[in-house]
Amino acid sequence: MSSSYRFGDYEFSSRLIIGTGKYESFEQNLACVEASGAEMVTVALRRVNFDREKGPLLLDFIKPDRFTILPNTAGCYTVKDAVTTAHLGRELLDTKLIKLEVIGDDRTLFPDVAGTLEAAKILLDDGFVVLPYINDDPVACQRLEAMGCPAVMPLAAPIGSGLGVRNPTNLRIILETVEVPVIVDAGVGTASDAALAMELGATAVLMNTAIAHAKDPLAMAKAMRLGVEAGRLAYEAGRMPRRLYASASSPLDQIASF
Amino acid sequence: MNHGQNISVNGDPREVPVGCSLERLLCLLDLQNRRVAVAINRGIVPRARYAASIIEDGDRIEILEAVGGG
Repeated sequence: MSSSYRFGDYEFSSRLIIGTGKYESFEQNLACVEASGAEMVTVALRRVNFDREKGPLLLDFIKPDRFTILPNTAGCYTVKDAVTTAHLGRELLDTKLIKLEVIGDDRTLFPDVAGTLEAAKILLDDGFVVLPYINDDPVACQRLEAMGCPAVMPLAAPIGSGLGVRNPTNLRIILETVEVPVIVDAGVGTASDAALAMELGATAVLMNTAIAHAKDPLAMAKAMRLGVEAGRLAYEAGRMPRRLYASASSPLDQIASF
Repeated sequence: MNHGQNISVNGDPREVPVGCSLERLLCLLDLQNRRVAVAINRGIVPRARYAASIIEDGDRIEILEAVGGG
């Protein structure tokens, strides 16, 4: 098991954070959370649906006394909506944690950087522990860190796209630029994507669709756990330098001559 | 109690009696034991103030819960 990480008053040994959207059932969702080893789980806030038949609810399965629940502001396109949603999340879940999303465009779901910075400032002043979803933009990450965000969450690729780490060099620059934990959030498609993010030095990876929309979500949850762990261990181990030409692994002397 | 007040709950029009508290509205909606968070006209109402919050004509009430999301 690789080492734990922390931000603010929170400490986690699992470097995988997973979402709760798009699963076929709460049972499947819980099984995947358990298989992934995730300790922190994201949820969204939506209107109570009065038309829906009464039945079990998400938090009956993903219990707040078992997992750290990270509410998000997904679906918010304005600073005002994100701030109001964050406050409702705090009221609902008794948590200061908020995964801040201020979305700028509904096709790409890319963040509105200016809006994210503005909302982060307001929420930090209100005492929130703000985890901002942001572009893979080193300057934006630096601004968020300077403001007091205890971690930054640059995307690997658009939310739900499964395209993997599209800009590893920017992630590397972000990792060299900020000192707070860097949680790669969104865009991971399969275990090697998660491993790559971790090998680059990411502190943790947050994903939802890659597990929920795998053919076998439970198997993918296990794969992601292993991918994140393998990537972290490889990062800690330190990879060998790349070289253009071969370097024989077997001795070059005492080679027989027939 | 005959004079209803017109409010909206999660975007749908509803009528509640004059003097109806938020606590009472949540009971009427069968949400008294459910983990929800409420905003009235954008203002967040803490749980401790549900009983003391009296709904007024024209209020826009949003009642939210946690659902699956990433």
